[in-house]
Amino acid sequence: MSSTVITQDMLIIMSPELLLAIGAMVLLMIGAFRSDGGLGIVTGGAIAMIITAAALVNLMHVGDTELFGGSIIIDGFSRFMKTLILIGSGVALIMSIDWMRSANMDRFEYPVLIVLATLGMLIMASAGDLIALYLGLELQSLSLYVLASIQRDSTRSTEAGLKYFALGALSSGMLLYGSSLIYGFTGTINLAQIATMAGHEGASVGLVFGLVFLIAGLAFKVSAVPFHMWTPDVYEGAPTPVAAFFAAAPKVAAMALFVRVLISGFPTMTPEWQQIIVFVAIASMVLGAFAAIGQRNIKRLMAYSSIGHMGYALVGLAAGSEGGVKGVIIYMALYVAMTLGAFTCILAMRRGDAAVEEIDDLAGLSRSNPLMAFVLAMLLFSLAGIPPLAGFFAKWFVFNAAVEAGLYALAVIGVLASVVGAYYYLRVIKIMYFDEPAPAFDRMSGELSTVLGISGVVVVLFSIYPAPLVSMAAEAAKALF
Amino acid sequence: MSGWPILSVITFLPLVGAVFVALIRGDDEVARRNARFVALWATLITFALSLLIWVYFDPASKDFQFVEEMPWLGGAIAYRMGVDGISMLFVILTTFLMPFCILASWVSVTSRVKEYIIAFLVLETLMIGVFCALDLVLFYLFFEGGLIPMFLIIGVWGGKRRVYASYKFFLYTLLGSVLMLVAMMAMYWEAGTTNIVELLDHGFPAGMQTWLWLAFFASFAVKMPMWPVHTWLPDAHVEAPTAGSVILAAILLKMGGYGFLRFSLPMFPLASDMFAPLVFSLSVIAIIYTSLVAMMQEDIKKLIAYSSVAHMGFVTMGIFTGTMQGIHGGLFQMLSHGIVSGALFLCVGVVYDRMHTREIAAYGGLVNRMPLYAAAFMVFTMANVGLPGTSGFVGEFLTLLAAFEANTWVAFFATFGVILSAGYALWLYRRVIFGELDKDSLKAILDVDRREIAILAPLVLLTILFGVYPGPILDVTAVSVEHLAQGYQDALAAAQAAVQTAAVAAQ
Repeated sequence: MSSTVITQDMLIIMSPELLLAIGAMVLLMIGAFRSDGGLGIVTGGAIAMIITAAALVNLMHVGDTELFGGSIIIDGFSRFMKTLILIGSGVALIMSIDWMRSANMDRFEYPVLIVLATLGMLIMASAGDLIALYLGLELQSLSLYVLASIQRDSTRSTEAGLKYFALGALSSGMLLYGSSLIYGFTGTINLAQIATMAGHEGASVGLVFGLVFLIAGLAFKVSAVPFHMWTPDVYEGAPTPVAAFFAAAPKVAAMALFVRVLISGFPTMTPEWQQIIVFVAIASMVLGAFAAIGQRNIKRLMAYSSIGHMGYALVGLAAGSEGGVKGVIIYMALYVAMTLGAFTCILAMRRGDAAVEEIDDLAGLSRSNPLMAFVLAMLLFSLAGIPPLAGFFAKWFVFNAAVEAGLYALAVIGVLASVVGAYYYLRVIKIMYFDEPAPAFDRMSGELSTVLGISGVVVVLFSIYPAPLVSMAAEAAKALF
Repeated sequence: MSGWPILSVITFLPLVGAVFVALIRGDDEVARRNARFVALWATLITFALSLLIWVYFDPASKDFQFVEEMPWLGGAIAYRMGVDGISMLFVILTTFLMPFCILASWVSVTSRVKEYIIAFLVLETLMIGVFCALDLVLFYLFFEGGLIPMFLIIGVWGGKRRVYASYKFFLYTLLGSVLMLVAMMAMYWEAGTTNIVELLDHGFPAGMQTWLWLAFFASFAVKMPMWPVHTWLPDAHVEAPTAGSVILAAILLKMGGYGFLRFSLPMFPLASDMFAPLVFSLSVIAIIYTSLVAMMQEDIKKLIAYSSVAHMGFVTMGIFTGTMQGIHGGLFQMLSHGIVSGALFLCVGVVYDRMHTREIAAYGGLVNRMPLYAAAFMVFTMANVGLPGTSGFVGEFLTLLAAFEANTWVAFFATFGVILSAGYALWLYRRVIFGELDKDSLKAILDVDRREIAILAPLVLLTILFGVYPGPILDVTAVSVEHLAQGYQDALAAAQAAVQTAAVAAQ
């Protein structure tokens, strides 16, 4: 596998990534050279490419392999995560069609940047060494910085982008510093070889130092406490479809990277990183639960909610077992479904062609739009982890793994935090169901109601037929062990 | 009788009804009527089918019957349903009371009727599921899922402080339950299965039992509710609409007691024995303290709510004696209380629909205008007091008998509860029903109409029937209860013997 010659097979295996890379450039050209910006063509092309890439990832029978001297790993785990990422990106792009039309946001750069970010995320999900890891991460991050400030006439949007960039650059720096320490103490950048070296020589102080910095950088990307500060501001400041995009696919990619680095790269150092992950998970769950209580803006609420949810997902990683990774995968899949659904509702909060974002604007929604209120209520109950909705099963799998690993304190604190978290979800439901109606929202566009419908069906009916996702996740988790 | 999945059919039939109601278009009077009738038929058919369980149930067997099993979550977690003598009657109690709840809301609920009906039908599915589930995860799913419709019922159709009450109900119950969830995971890894039938025979290590027992206790004590975690109950009862209070008192509270019987006692016998004094203390405090509190209430529903806490004290006391009489008494008390407290809340609903107040002081002398109502209310009051000849007596007597055997002082203090319950219940009756009819607002009040007679008459009959002839209930439950009590005593004896052997070996 150490051959450096690029063969035709490699290119075929890499075809999803190549498609997105070349396609993004083609779309950029179309946008630049067409006099009207060609937003429709660019958006349509971007969606088509993402769908094609998802099909390529799943339908090509290439088997598990390593490419480019182990830089890129193709296995069950990467396939599952890539599919999830592509679904998240594609749906987020579909959700923004209506917004691009109505908010006078005819910038063809938007779909192109989403495609580039998605490309970065695919590389993250496949990264087998520290260089590929960093390349994927930076391609994704740089695209996201620009996306956050895409509404360049709005001060809040540009502020969000700048804040995200400054903090993101800091975290990239930490990640690079950690990587250099790891390279220095093991003499390799390949995750599998790092694992071998760490196994031979034990956990030296320098290696632990490098690992800590690496984890800090990754924790920033999944917005885990104490590296979460950017999340609420960016969610609030960025345009809503961008926030919806941020909340779904990049979280999946960063979590995939997190899992792969720790499980494949440092399996012998589990006790060292486990305590860090346990702390980060507890802090995220608790802060996410308490800080969300006081929020009035629904996007900020969702930001704190996503911080909390990353904490729950990390509970599975903290277990460090195959069951734990399975839990993380299931958690991320259901989290994407729930979050995208919730953001659909936020996007549909429009009155007289202006978006509203206060939670109080949802007042009495159960009477002005019963169906939307019902689906949103189910999504929120699901995010709170109340059975029989999907969110409960997500929590079941991660906490079950934590209990198996003997992390009882983590599990108990986690479930208690979920009770606190239930409070703020209940508050939104209370406003929708118990309060007097506010004026009705504008009609929801076709794409949004479709997305909302699908997400609602997944959340409500998951308990009836959970087996496919559970077995797919088990299959994907097996690839790492 | 194993040809078709009767338990699943009964469980999910109300849900089918809910789907039908959801499909009704419009919100005019016709649509509301249709929704009510669909719900009534759905609940009646469910009840009729559930009687088949009783007919085909084999009371001589201690095993679970009508067992169903299907793969579900993968691994050891499966969809398993089944009933034994302990759970079977709870299923029938649930299906029996639901038509009354629908009837009780026939005219009193006028806003968002379809949603109301849907919430109740979904709730029925979840409640039946709790008593039928034979898998830990499935049990938890039904147990917790019930919070969602009940939260909405209290919050949307409740009284003035409905928001506060619904939050308190939801968060209190959830807080207790999540600890149970962690315990369930620990049990899964210890026993390698979530099948309740296998877990009953597993025999958990003594040290682990303590923790598991505490976690389950956190959930069931809140649900029961036991003193001092009972404070959500009066709020929820007072604010909930009539039918919501009926469901709360008659069925949701029984889930706690059912949980003790299904999990705590048989699965963690050593811990149950160790913590029995704690449970006895809390039960006796609940019986005496909440009876005294009930006496001072000015709101009829609140008074009944506190009396429920006191009556549940008898149940926990009986269950944790671990004897045949105690468990039997606790079980009977729960079923009887399900009928009696449900009926009392329905009675309150009758006058509330007319006067729109629950203040005791707003009533008085109702017997002059409402003789039939006074008679029905009398029967339920007497049953609440535990008068011999009503169903309330049998359960209280058996639990006191068992408590006397276990600890004389517990029985001594608990008996005060019987006296105090006579105090608050009769005083309530005197203030509401007797006396001069001197309030102008009451002068034109009408006696129960045909619909209300249809609601109250069957409950009166059952209260008296089970009071003079408790046989049907005691007989079908006897074998399961005996098996449970025997298993509990055997486990204690085995642990005792192990300790002695170890002591001998050490010498």
